[in-house]
Order: sequence, then structure tokens, then C-alpha cells
Amino acid sequence: MDILRFATAGSVDDGKSTLIGRLLYDSKSVFEDQLEAVERTSRQRGDLYTDLALLTDGLRAEREQGITIDVAYRYFATPRRKFIIADTPGHTQYTRNMVTGASTADLAIVLVDARKGLLEQSRRHATIVSLLRVPHIVLAVNKMDLVDWSEDVYEAIRSEFLEFAARLDFSDVTVIPMSALAGDNVVSRSENMPWYEGASLLHHLEHVYIASDRNLTDVRFPVQYVIRPQNGRGDYRAFAGQVVGGVMKPGDEVMVLPSGLPTRIRTIDTADGEVAEAYPPMSVTVRLEDEVDVSRGDMICRPHNQPTVTQDIDAMICWMDDMPLRPGQKYAIKHTTRTTRALVKEVQYELDVNSLHRNQGVDSLGINAIGRVRFRTTQPILVDPYRRNRMTGAFILIDEVTNRTVGAGVINET
Amino acid sequence: MTEFSDSPRYGLSQLDYLESEAIFIIREVAAENEHPAMLFSGGKDSIVMLHLAVKAFAPGPVPFPLMHVDTGHNFAEVLEFRDRKVAELGIGLVVGSVQDAIDSGQVREAPGGSRNRIQTPVLLQTAEANGFTALMGGARRDEEKARAKERVFSFRDEFGQWDPKDQRPELWSLYNTRINQGESIRVFPISNWTELDIWEYIARERIEVPSIYYAHEREVFLRNSMLFAVDKHLQPREGEKVFTARVRYRTVGDATLTAAVESEADTPEKVAIEVAASRITERGATRGDDKVSEAAMEDRKKEGYF
Repeated sequence: MDILRFATAGSVDDGKSTLIGRLLYDSKSVFEDQLEAVERTSRQRGDLYTDLALLTDGLRAEREQGITIDVAYRYFATPRRKFIIADTPGHTQYTRNMVTGASTADLAIVLVDARKGLLEQSRRHATIVSLLRVPHIVLAVNKMDLVDWSEDVYEAIRSEFLEFAARLDFSDVTVIPMSALAGDNVVSRSENMPWYEGASLLHHLEHVYIASDRNLTDVRFPVQYVIRPQNGRGDYRAFAGQVVGGVMKPGDEVMVLPSGLPTRIRTIDTADGEVAEAYPPMSVTVRLEDEVDVSRGDMICRPHNQPTVTQDIDAMICWMDDMPLRPGQKYAIKHTTRTTRALVKEVQYELDVNSLHRNQGVDSLGINAIGRVRFRTTQPILVDPYRRNRMTGAFILIDEVTNRTVGAGVINET
Repeated sequence: MTEFSDSPRYGLSQLDYLESEAIFIIREVAAENEHPAMLFSGGKDSIVMLHLAVKAFAPGPVPFPLMHVDTGHNFAEVLEFRDRKVAELGIGLVVGSVQDAIDSGQVREAPGGSRNRIQTPVLLQTAEANGFTALMGGARRDEEKARAKERVFSFRDEFGQWDPKDQRPELWSLYNTRINQGESIRVFPISNWTELDIWEYIARERIEVPSIYYAHEREVFLRNSMLFAVDKHLQPREGEKVFTARVRYRTVGDATLTAAVESEADTPEKVAIEVAASRITERGATRGDDKVSEAAMEDRKKEGYF
């Protein structure tokens, strides 16, 4: 059994919480005491039916206002897979939450209300999913019961979406008509829409192939921690970290960046013993043949396949703080296990996430804005384009005074 | 999209994935935080977390101490286990005692005798007195709705309080571990684990847990339709009939609040099967403290509770 992480985007009006409630309920992941609590709250509010959305709205303010404030994580499993859902709110003011949820997702579900069709926010969600390079996207055309299960309505939304998606960068798009409230095409195929020949949502989630989504080509091992036991094993010195790209094997010729020192992998250790190979996202400990100086923030790669060592960054930024990003400002930048400082050189444009229009001539990015920005770092960082590797192509910016995480960046191809 | 090798053998099972993620998080805390500690109660989640910490730094030692807030209402089997495990691993243990805090008048016991709320000030005082700036805890997001919203690195102000509406965005595995003077961070390395994952992992790794997690005979009585054990801290009231049942514990918190469930499961494999079939959450089945209201956990977390 493996794990699929997926993010859901859409507002309460689109039935997102109901959809998640339905997935949890129909896959028997809702427990009786949780259901009891939800039924009680539903009764108190005078709902006509048990509102499954209440299963996911965890904070008091959310239950009271019927909105989703923050990213919530949910878990369910079927005999085929374990699922981690990042449940993200859909409104513009929560773009940063959606970026957060999408950053770790293998798949994203964008919900639309069949009565309303594609809205600005659906385009925004699709744009963010594309920007964060979530490998698989599902457009869930929800509330089909309210349009009499009409194939024409579905087809119109589907073709409009595919047209928009063509301007973005997706490798795998699936469109599913459903009714989350009634459960049609959520867990099992709907009898109300015989014209739809595809899989139900859960069937798709269980079977979508994700093993090829991780980069198994370019060896990238950011050193996280140096392990050097003081007593007993005095000669043991090894480098702990998580493999973020490629397949590493003992005996491989490697190079440590940024120093550029060549050596070989002696062993790849875990607490359970040596392993014959390591690949993403395994946490392992690497011993090298030579006594080379290696510390946290360095990266082990292959001599003929190296990341770019650079101080000049060109990236798409999602800004997450009330204080806008402006040229001349300095931030701490955390990239893999290396933290240094970055100076904002230039805001090239702000992306209108609804129309994909590039607004030139802006010189700052406000909260929830997405734009293309150039930086200069004080120390070199070891980067790949984000489309090549989601781990070595991503970074966060931290305000050095407030210590808040203020921005997320994905590095462009240069 | 760049196409990479499609060999299906380069995939991790869910337990390998969760283990790798937790080890990464624990190493990140040790690398970036000056004075971290790991909470260790002798409960199954903290035992799994400690097992992961041992793995993260092998063959070196775990580079931080353990800390326990002892409510004074613990199961004897659990305390015995805690002390034996700590001695075995040779790791330092700092204990914050709720009983001592009551005796010295720092906190006052609530009328019903529940020590749930007064744990929080003792936790904060113990962390502060020892200068711990990051505390790792074994909370899981599947336990409760408010926990589902909490970050892996959960930032607390100088009063140890959690502000759910102002959490740091948490992207990729790029954790922001920075804190200001006087502030602290709570870290939950097994956030993404479910109760079933925990038991499957205990079975796979042959991890020892206190005996009360497995089916055993015990003197119990019914209260609020839950089975409570007769304990030095908890006696039946008038009209509560004591009988012997074959039970096990799904959680081992405060002995006065934690109920047992009837069970025949005497191995981790059997417990995992029972958990997979269970229709009630572990907190719902066994924790009197969360039944107070739908927002009980949210309120306690805002005050600084784990």
C-alpha cells in the first residue's frame, strides 16, 4: 500500500467539504462518535439533512460562519491506498493556503458547481495547481443533480476547462461529473449519468499512477545533519538527509557541492542496516570514501549531473504576508537544507491568476499575489528548475524581524 | 511534464513514507533548534516517536533530552515502562510534576479532580525552567478536528498559546523553525500518522509498548457508558458495580479519565485488525476529557496544551 497526497480546491458553495465528507463517509472512515457530533450540530442549526461538511470544519469560527479558514489535513485509507487530503479554502484571500496545500500534493481536485460553470476562481485554482506542478489534476463538476444530470452542461464545462488548461502546463487532466451530496460518481459509478463512461473519483484516486512523478534521474542529496558519534565509534562520520532526486548506490562516483570535491559513496546506512540503493523520499545516512569537508546545506550529486550553483534566482513568488514584497528588501531564504539571505532585485510582473495576463510595471507584490521576481543571494544555492525537481526548485522566504514565512518561490528555467 | 523512469519498484509503502518523513522532521529540529526536547509519556505515540528519533541519529545518540509532564494520575505500568526505556537508551529525562505544582500552590486542582487543564502550566513552566525552545510531541492530526488544522511546526507565543487563525504557511518540506526570544515551537513529527499506522508500525518494528495496551483481565466499572479500571486514583461511586473484564487501553492518559475497551487483542497484529474494524475514534472511545464540547480540544490548545 502506498500513499497518495491530494489537495482539494473550491469554496464551500462548490460543495468541497461535502465531497470530502462523502469520501470519508462512504469509505467508512467516519467514526460513529464523529457522526454523532455532526448530527447533533446539524440538528441544532436546523439543517434538513446531516451536513457532512461539518466533518471537516474543525475550528469554532468555521462551524459558526460555515466557511473554511485554513488548510486542514484528513486521512482515509482503502485496501489499495492511504490518502492524505489537504483541504484548502477557495477564496482569493486564501490563495496562500491553496499554494500551501498544493505544494505537497500528488493530485489536485478543483471543484466547480455545474449550475455556475467555470468561474474566475476555478481558473485561479487551475493556475495555482499548474504553477505548483501538481502532477495530476481532476476537475470535479459537482451538483450534477441540480442540472438534471445533463450531459450537455457537463460537456460545455469540460471543453471550456480543457481549452483553458491547454494554456497551462498539465500532464494529466481528468474531468468527472458528480453529485457529492447524493454520492454519485464519488465512490461508485452513478446510475444517473449512464453517458459518463469514466471512473468514479475514488476509483481514479486509487489507481492514478504516481510512481513516475518523482525525479529518479538526477541524484540530489541535500545534507541535513552530520552524524558523528563521540564515543565508541570514533571513526564513524556520515551525512544524514532525505534523497530528493535520483537513485544512489554504494560505489557511485559523487561530488559534494558547493566545494566540488569528488569522491564515492562508501555505504548507504539506515538504522536497520546498509541498503543497496536509496531514492526519493527515503531518509538515509551516507558514508563517503574520502574524508571531505561536508556540512549541512551542502549537496551530494553526480559529477556529470549537477544542479546550478548560483546567487541569481529567477522565480515565481506567491506572497503570503501583509507587508508587501518590494525591490531592495532582504529576506532569509530557505532552500533545501540551506538557509541564506536574498535581496529582491526586481519584480518583473504580477500574474493575474484569473486571466493569466502579466501585469508589467508593478513594483511590489501584496498578500496573495503571484509574480515573477529576481533575487540575489549572499551565498550560492544549489538549484534546479522547479519543473525538473519540486524539491531543489522550491524555496521559502522568511522575514528576519518577525520570523514569519512571507513567501513561497518556484524557480524558473533559465 | 518531464518523464522520469517508470519503474514501479521505486515507490515507498505508506509506513516507509511516514517513517522517512518523521525522521526528516526530527533531524530538522535537531539541526536548526538550539535546545529541543522530546515529550515522552510512555504512551504508544510517544514510544513510536522516540523509536523514530533513535533511528534518525543511529549509530549516534539521540541529541536531545526527553521530557514528561507527570499528572500524578498515571497508570503504574506506564511509568514503570517510561523509566525502564529511558534507562535502557541512556537518554536524559526531565519530569514536570503536576502533583508538586499542586502541593506548592502553583496550580489548583479543578473540583472534579481532573488534572487535564492544569497540565498546561506545568508543561510551560518545565519547558521554560529547562530552556527548551522546541518541544516535539506525538500528537496526530487524525485524533481530533482542531489537530487536523495544526502545522507540523506549530508556533507558540510567549504564553505558549496557539493562534489557529495566524499559523505560518507550511510549504513542501521547508520548515521555518525560527523563533523570537521567549517564544517556542511545538513540533509534531507523526502528524500524518493514523492510529492504524501506529499499530502497523509497532507490529512491523517489534516495538515494545506497556502491557496495558494488550488484552488483559482487569477490575472495571461502567461510568458514562465507558469502562473505567479500579485504580488507586479512581474508585467506583455508589451504585457503580465492579466486575472483571478482558480489556485493553487504546490511549493511556490520565488514569482517572481514560477508559478501557473490551478486547481479545493480545498482539500488535491483532490490535491493528481491531483498530481497522473500529467504528469509534480512540479519543471518542476512551477519553472523558474531550466529550465536554465540540471545541474542547481547540480551547485547550489555545491555552498552550499540546
